[in-house]
Amino acid sequence: MDKPVSISVNNLSRRFGKVWAIKNISFDIHKGEIVGFLGPNGAGKSTTMRILGGLQNGHTGFASVCGLSVAENSIGIKRKIGFMQENNPLPEELRVSEYLKLRAELKEIPASKLSEEVRRVMDLCDLFRTARRKIVRTLSKGFKQRVGIADALIGNPDIIILDEPTIGLDPHQIQGIRTLIDSLRGTHTVLISSHILSEIEKSCDRVIILNNGRLVAMGTKSELRESFIPENQLSITIKGDSNELIHSFESAQLKLELADTIDVEDGIQELRFKRTNKTQDMSPILKASYSLNNCQILGINFIKPDLESIFLAATKRSWEDVRSK
Amino acid sequence: MFAQSNKRILYQQRMRQLTTLIRHEIRLLFISPPVYIAAVTFLMLMGFIYWAILRGLSIEPQDLSANVQFFSLFWLPVFFLVPLLTMRSLAAEKNNATLEALFSTPVPKIFIVLSKFFSAYFLYITLWSLTVFFPFLGDSLLANKLSEQSLMNFAELIGGLTFIAISGLLFISIGIFTSSLTRSQLVAAMLSFTLLFIFCIGAQQLEYASYNYISTNSFFYDAIQHINVFRHLEDFSLGILDTRPFIFYLSATWLFLSLTLSNIESKS
Repeated sequence: MDKPVSISVNNLSRRFGKVWAIKNISFDIHKGEIVGFLGPNGAGKSTTMRILGGLQNGHTGFASVCGLSVAENSIGIKRKIGFMQENNPLPEELRVSEYLKLRAELKEIPASKLSEEVRRVMDLCDLFRTARRKIVRTLSKGFKQRVGIADALIGNPDIIILDEPTIGLDPHQIQGIRTLIDSLRGTHTVLISSHILSEIEKSCDRVIILNNGRLVAMGTKSELRESFIPENQLSITIKGDSNELIHSFESAQLKLELADTIDVEDGIQELRFKRTNKTQDMSPILKASYSLNNCQILGINFIKPDLESIFLAATKRSWEDVRSK
Repeated sequence: MFAQSNKRILYQQRMRQLTTLIRHEIRLLFISPPVYIAAVTFLMLMGFIYWAILRGLSIEPQDLSANVQFFSLFWLPVFFLVPLLTMRSLAAEKNNATLEALFSTPVPKIFIVLSKFFSAYFLYITLWSLTVFFPFLGDSLLANKLSEQSLMNFAELIGGLTFIAISGLLFISIGIFTSSLTRSQLVAAMLSFTLLFIFCIGAQQLEYASYNYISTNSFFYDAIQHINVFRHLEDFSLGILDTRPFIFYLSATWLFLSLTLSNIESKS
């Protein structure tokens, strides 16, 4: 990739007491990329984000933001980053506009542009008409999240780090935030962590998966799929005797292995077969199922593993690695 | 030339951040119910104390003037006022994680500590300043009954208020420090009270105790005298402005603020 590197992390480690929260993590994020940060609870996502945001120090390794060392220039990197923390702590006593104005002043927005900037971020997060005069304490979870995101956008920073921005939001609000994140693509570097894998899948160019403090996978969704779940799945929805279908596939010597059977409704089943052959040609399957008597085929579908399957496979493999060691 | 201009801009930005934070903190204090409770309790208590002193003076002549007696009881409100004004400052912000939100902005951490300190100090001084009206009121209302006692002795008033102002720096910095040690406001208040008690009463009692057992010419005795706040008050009440208490209070304030800063920084 020829774009400049916005975030560079090299063998970064941090421990709390005797426990390593993250250990020897290395990755680069390029300018304009939207990168998803995934991992189970306690994987080290928030710790890594906090180190990048200048809120915490690493014990070993190196991290830089826009070429500035995080350890040596924590004030400088905070000028480059808009950071929304996990749980999004906000002062409950202030009005939304007052809070954003305070944050803008602290983020060194010139006094002459203060109102304009606050208005801009409130408009972006749809706060101006609905919530600007409201006291933070009285806001719903969704609006509080929006205030947190608006805060991260103040000053149009090069890098935006959002730690669980969609937590507690309803589907409409999640879609709104996804649209907002999409609008930042290409102009801002976004690092976003979430447990809602479908959101990461839709929004992010690349995914980094952490588990147990270690980086277990990194790449685009297709790269991760190749790495962790190389076989595709074939889904066949049938009505009737599933054994007859399986026997007919065996007779036709199709390399299909039954992975799962799901009861859809009365008498209708979905059979999932693993297939190593990546061809999309369905004719051998259709030929094999031509002579079925007690089994009706209602649908045939190729299934590509989604991010959830990749995530589960990646974290499971890393656990197995830990156990084997 | 360019570097100088950059430095000036940076300095202006820094000062703007500091004033913004102080304004914000003062605002938060003024919308905080415990602050009003502390303020009302303080003024009622001090008003009552002043009234009791005037009553004593009206019954029989006394060695010490009303103002000297009044300021000698400074420790009484300090024990509850300082914990109430400072307990919330860092403990509550730590508990709500809003302190970390402040740390995510390009503001030096010392500014955050200083803003908490100056806002609490501002309120502390404001409340004490209101007690200046007591001598004015007493003098105008009771001029006939207390003709031999002057309530408007400006040397005593200025000396007493100077002592309150300079010692207040240290007391508030102790409160801010204890607030940085814990997430619980209650624990912060109790720690603050304990440290203030040890500092104010402990040093006085230590001086009394050491008077009988240690030579008054020894370094230890001198050191105890040097940190005894009641000794400082005596000098200030007489209108003596010695530089040593100034240096002591300023350096001790700096020490506690530095401890607060390093305590906050150690958490990251």
